[in-house]
Amino acid sequence: MPIPDYEVVIGLEVHCQLATATKMFSACACSIGGEPNTRIDAYTLGLPGTLPVPNRVAVDHALRLALVLGCEVQPLSRWARKHYFYPDLPKGYQITQSDQPYATGGAIEIPDHAAADDPLATKRIPLQRIHMEEDAGKSTHTGEHSLVDYNRAGAPLVEIVSLPALRSAAEAADYMRELRTIVRYLGISEANMEEGTLRCDANVSLRAWGAAELGTRCEIKNLNSFKFLEAAIQAEVRRQADLLDRGEPVVQSTMSYDPGRDQTKVMRTKEAAADYRYFPEPDMPPLRIDAAWIAAAQAELPRLPWPRRRELVALGLTAYDAGVLTAERELADYFDAALDDPSRAKALCNWITGELLKLLNASERGVADCPVTPAALAELVGLVEDGTLSGRVAKVVLDEVFRDPSLSPRAIVERDGLRQVSDADAITAMVREVVEQHPEQLAQLLAGKDKVRGFFVGQVMRASQGRANPQLVQRALATVLDELRAARGEVED
Amino acid sequence: MGAAGDILELSARGLAAAIRGGELSASEVARAYLEQIDALEPSLHAYRRVTPELALAQAAAVDDARRAGQALGPLAGVPVALKDIFVTEGVETTSGSAILAGWIPPYQGAHARRLAEAGAVLLGKLTMDEFGMGSANENTPFEPVHNPWALSHVAGGSSGGSAAAVAARSCALALGSDTGGSIRQPASLCNLVGLKPTYGRVSRHGMIAFASSLDQAGPMAREVGDAALALGVLAGADPLDATSLDAPVPDYLAAVDQGARGGLDGAKIGVHRGALELEGLDADVRARFEASLTRLEDAGARVVDIELPHFEHAVATYYVLATAEASSNLARYDGVRYGHRSAADSLRQTYEATRHDGFGPEVKRRILLGTFVLRAESYADYYGRAMKVRTLIARDYARAFERCDLIASPTAPIPSWPLGAKIDDPLALYLLDMFTIGANLAGLPAISIPAGFTSAAPRLPIGVQLIGPRLAEPALLGAAAAHEARCDWHREQPQLLEARA
Repeated sequence: MPIPDYEVVIGLEVHCQLATATKMFSACACSIGGEPNTRIDAYTLGLPGTLPVPNRVAVDHALRLALVLGCEVQPLSRWARKHYFYPDLPKGYQITQSDQPYATGGAIEIPDHAAADDPLATKRIPLQRIHMEEDAGKSTHTGEHSLVDYNRAGAPLVEIVSLPALRSAAEAADYMRELRTIVRYLGISEANMEEGTLRCDANVSLRAWGAAELGTRCEIKNLNSFKFLEAAIQAEVRRQADLLDRGEPVVQSTMSYDPGRDQTKVMRTKEAAADYRYFPEPDMPPLRIDAAWIAAAQAELPRLPWPRRRELVALGLTAYDAGVLTAERELADYFDAALDDPSRAKALCNWITGELLKLLNASERGVADCPVTPAALAELVGLVEDGTLSGRVAKVVLDEVFRDPSLSPRAIVERDGLRQVSDADAITAMVREVVEQHPEQLAQLLAGKDKVRGFFVGQVMRASQGRANPQLVQRALATVLDELRAARGEVED
Repeated sequence: MGAAGDILELSARGLAAAIRGGELSASEVARAYLEQIDALEPSLHAYRRVTPELALAQAAAVDDARRAGQALGPLAGVPVALKDIFVTEGVETTSGSAILAGWIPPYQGAHARRLAEAGAVLLGKLTMDEFGMGSANENTPFEPVHNPWALSHVAGGSSGGSAAAVAARSCALALGSDTGGSIRQPASLCNLVGLKPTYGRVSRHGMIAFASSLDQAGPMAREVGDAALALGVLAGADPLDATSLDAPVPDYLAAVDQGARGGLDGAKIGVHRGALELEGLDADVRARFEASLTRLEDAGARVVDIELPHFEHAVATYYVLATAEASSNLARYDGVRYGHRSAADSLRQTYEATRHDGFGPEVKRRILLGTFVLRAESYADYYGRAMKVRTLIARDYARAFERCDLIASPTAPIPSWPLGAKIDDPLALYLLDMFTIGANLAGLPAISIPAGFTSAAPRLPIGVQLIGPRLAEPALLGAAAAHEARCDWHREQPQLLEARA
């Protein structure tokens, strides 16, 4: 460890933009990007006389997140106003939730790298709360002017606040990755750091090992990529450790990260912190989420990555493969849909993570747009596993189904006569023929040059147009060679 | 019929009937009112903006619809005017503030929309205290409104323009807004019926916010029936206002007719006697109040004593909560997106100059007060405590309504006063809200009705207030109608009209 003297303590505040057709509190179209100030309405601009009305879909999205994270959903929560003046904040206040958020508690599981013997071991990072709020617009500062785009203003956000339970920059990044995977599983957010639909502020403090009290924390704002998240936390840890090493106090501050210098710097200290004058939003009644709503949301929750990873490992997959298959819900669902025989899990996994993803990447398609249905892939894997199809031919068949999904693997096999030749006599006959045609290579092989064996297998495969069962070819070749050696031995003897 | 004087004499309800029956055309009615406005505005200043072209076009559309045999809305052809707090698409809306001067809303508010759908003809926008903050219409960068009953006197506030216009027959019906009494007090000072409905009964969408948890729109009218007619058009749930109530809208006119014909039949009218002993209650106001109680008893009501233990704390509670909400609601006026902007060198200076130049002194005073009470370090002592007292006040009313059906009180402790007389004493003005504020804090419906005049010259109107339980507008209107049926105050006209006739 580069900084062994102190224990690192990190809490994250993550903003996640909910994917809804309209904004948090108005029927204004809501989507990422677009020409500046084209996704606005009277409410978004804070025009006099406009009022906020909660978006039920946004609340439902937020509810699902709280449920999968095991939060306590509050039957009654309140909206609050947070005040500050800035041109991209149209009303002079942001509607958020303050002392009565809709969800408290809960946790996010991250990989526990300390448990070296169990690759599926996890560590629970407990949450303090989740609350809903509306986003501000976006300011761009040119030399002489500042430009404001209100497209994003009023977009629905959830803010997920962790307890200070993360212990390294790597854990913080793991936490963000898990959270991103979960919200994407739920289909409630694009959760893209580069596009700003997933944003993170990190509270970092250090303390002596074994100390019960937390050290003074500093908050690093606007960490907009996984790379910067880790680098910024590491830089802040270095800065605080330097201060503590020199016996100087850490002053509670808001920090920004300068990637060019790989340093954090103080934006403002606690004394200069704004008084946001929170008070209950009088334009809306308290938010009520009743048991029926919770039950309806609960009924539609997807299975989450960690339980699925464990299921996959139980099927005989490696933890690595389980991780790859569960990185996206669509891929995990695809695997589940294609798995008709648990004994073929490993083979199916290899086909999906190998050939299928290769084809998808090459055609720049996601799993959701995969032309090969799970049933078709299951059929193909079945044909390989029962010996009907050689692996080599199966790849060709998969290519064809990928190009024309109206064809089934079995139909292609029948049409093109691709059935693997597993007739031992026929294969032995092919081997004899090839051996006779290549006396020179045969001599080499018999002289002990075992590499030439591959040449003969290849020749047989070519002669059979790839259809010969390679294992049977190997076996037949061995038999034929034994015969030849025996014959020669007889002669020599 | 058709003579302008006759047209102006008709109630809104009478006008609607005459137009529906073809005795009057909406166009001639609109013209008569526009002429009246032209004649009186130089001395009244009730209108911030008159919209003659819009009015005549809407009136012509009503006449066309009638000729074509189409069904007419309940307010078809009735000339109305809106307090300038109500957003009107395409028509400048300022909420009485220089900071919104020139702002032309790109959307239609709920009130203008509902009135238009009911066939009403919009005559224009009415003056008001800036953002609804005031009791005399003197908190304005524009010309203050004059009381038609005594031009040297205030018309009340903040819906002073609405009151003056209806009293002077410059419109048949007006909308006001009421945060702490801003419909009822000017109605009282101008011999009108002013109804503040239950909080949430009428949408707030398109009503420029002063204090969101207290603001409520309502009609100001010459007669109880006109207020009922307008409320029927305005009331109902609005998907654009999350605090609007989804309760069915009863037949308010039926309640009025029943009250006028049948009387009150044993209804219990509660009176908090302690409030009448408080300092500052005018002797004429008290006398007229007692006379109104007698009139209600004549109509069959029974007067009972009730207690409102936290009555005296209402004004202080109100001025904490209302200013807190106002300081927040007015944060959007920053010169960035609309309205007035004072150009300056930096962003901060632009904010400061814009708000310094754009807001008047009373608005600034309330923003400062509200900002103070919401500071983290004073929140619990002020806002938090005021919220608790608000709950106690609401509970007082709930308990009182276990003993009575309606609560009666004076509307304002004093009749109108000369323009300028109190402008330098904001605290004295705040105390004038003591009878009206409770209904806002508790979200209850309340109505002010004409109750007579002062005994000495100038002869100034005096009003009486009735407060009801939540959604008891039918009972309020019925009692008001029973009272109205037993007096003629509402038929009296201000002097300036008699002089003109």
